[in-house]
Amino acid sequence: MDGIVMRAVAWLVVAFAAVGMSACAIDQGFAIQMGIVALAAFIAAFYAMRRVGNPAIAADGSLPAPRDRYDDEVIRWGVIATVFWAIVGLLVGVVIASQLAFPLLNLHSEYTTFGRLRPLHTSAVIFAFGGNALIATSYYVVQRTCRARLAFPWLARFVFWGYQLFIVLAASGYVLGITEGREYAEPEWYVDIWLTIVWVSYLAVYVGTIVRRSEPHIYVANWFYLGFIITVAMLHLVNNVTMPVSFFGSKSYSAFAGVQDALTQWWYGHNAVGFFLTAGFLGMMYYFVPKQAERPIYSYRLSIIHFWSLIFLYIWAGPHHLHYTALPDWAQTLGEVFSVMLWMPSWGGMINGLMTLNGAWDKIRTDPIIRMMVFALAFYGMATFEGPMMSIKEVNSLSHYTDWTIGHVHSAALGWNGMITFGALYYMTPRLWGRTRLYSLRMVNWHFWCATLGIVLYASSMWVAGIMQGLMWREYGSDGYLVYSFAEVVQAMHPYYLIRTTGGLLYLTGALIMAWNIWMTIAGKLRDEAPMSSPAFDPARDHPLQHVPAE
Amino acid sequence: MTTYDVLREFADSWGLILMGVAFLTFTGWTFLRSVSAGHERAAMSIFEQEDEVDG
Repeated sequence: MDGIVMRAVAWLVVAFAAVGMSACAIDQGFAIQMGIVALAAFIAAFYAMRRVGNPAIAADGSLPAPRDRYDDEVIRWGVIATVFWAIVGLLVGVVIASQLAFPLLNLHSEYTTFGRLRPLHTSAVIFAFGGNALIATSYYVVQRTCRARLAFPWLARFVFWGYQLFIVLAASGYVLGITEGREYAEPEWYVDIWLTIVWVSYLAVYVGTIVRRSEPHIYVANWFYLGFIITVAMLHLVNNVTMPVSFFGSKSYSAFAGVQDALTQWWYGHNAVGFFLTAGFLGMMYYFVPKQAERPIYSYRLSIIHFWSLIFLYIWAGPHHLHYTALPDWAQTLGEVFSVMLWMPSWGGMINGLMTLNGAWDKIRTDPIIRMMVFALAFYGMATFEGPMMSIKEVNSLSHYTDWTIGHVHSAALGWNGMITFGALYYMTPRLWGRTRLYSLRMVNWHFWCATLGIVLYASSMWVAGIMQGLMWREYGSDGYLVYSFAEVVQAMHPYYLIRTTGGLLYLTGALIMAWNIWMTIAGKLRDEAPMSSPAFDPARDHPLQHVPAE
Repeated sequence: MTTYDVLREFADSWGLILMGVAFLTFTGWTFLRSVSAGHERAAMSIFEQEDEVDG
């Protein structure tokens, strides 16, 4: 009781402090953002206070849950949040793809320009969709592989809601024009501080659960998740060393300047890809692929080598984003060499995942969830081949600043991150809500084909567009002048932008089918449908060989 | 010597050796004959007590 009241009062103090900050704000954006913080803290105080008088709740305010079950409540929230943010992020993606094809769709308002909506899209898909998927699956995997309940249940819940607040602050900030202008790290200083608090709590919950494990070995998926959590903490802290102009304003300036700042940003930016979008999702892969295939990982030794090679190599690859810039030449070469070396562990990991199906390849035909996971692994391999290739300086001189890069990141994000997450969601949902199966397996099949066709349209159009763009930019005439003006290149891109938007729409359609499927599964419905495959049987042909006498 | 030179010299001598040895140790032990049974057990551990785990 006392604990609950203390907690509610603490939230109330935070809320009033935020109101005060909002009143003292020197810019409108900061005032609005602090208003959001105050609202969130009031809601937290309200829900904390509502526990008073509920006899089922323990004295320390922790939620009631039977000790013999895993603590899955926060994972269920995470599944719903992942699906929700997937729809939001993909929808904004389709909007900004349409804006590139039809600039009129910027709607002549500062709040809806491409420049403000683009970070909204990238953050929504990477951090909101991907981040929620990582938090939910990591909580799921760490409990099952350690055979232990989540450590610090209230902190696990704080991580979830704190992370949602981070997303809302980041997203609303972009629309209001608040940005540090750092790729994949656009939120301003106060949001960075909040994320640090949330992330350290996440680490505490994760490590605490591992410490309490009743299984002697720490399964390799946890290595990847832990590598992701620790490295992201380190990247986030170093990349966001900034000095606010005022503690009542949203603007801050980086502690680094010039090329040092550029290198810090891309050291962060590339490792955000390497540890958030690769290591974390590989944690998913190493648990859900063997579970769905019902056979152990192809080589446990290879998974350990995969892990350490990624950790040792990825962290050096960042400078390849700064080829032909003021960055010292040796640093560029270092980035290039480490990127090319990364190809080997990446393909080792892909082969490890794919070969898990060795002896059960028919599952690709009969099980659309396995097909999604195999597709994800194939695209992991494809993107981790394309990436090192693009980091080679000669290739980069053609590809950099063109839509080839956009095609590359989307074949990785849509193909690898998206598909492995969808597979994990389809795996977890019936189990988390105690359903016998998904609402519909055929709808998973539809999702798969919509998404696949979408990715094919997206990636191929951006390859063509990017290479064309690079070649047009560099073409000289016999008179020594550039042949094409920038606007002429933009005009030539138009058809590819339309194809790209179509691809994005198809991918979004697939995600909407998934949202419906998961919604109905949670509701406890089972779709009456023919099974995906049934053994062929023809009674007329089912007889012993008839002896026909020679004539 | 400037800080840059000190760090640079460490990075391409002792630092590199330390990193290399650490990497070879972390990956090399998996090839020991004695650990393969443990790996097999670890790979199968996610399938133990499935009824309780998958709930």
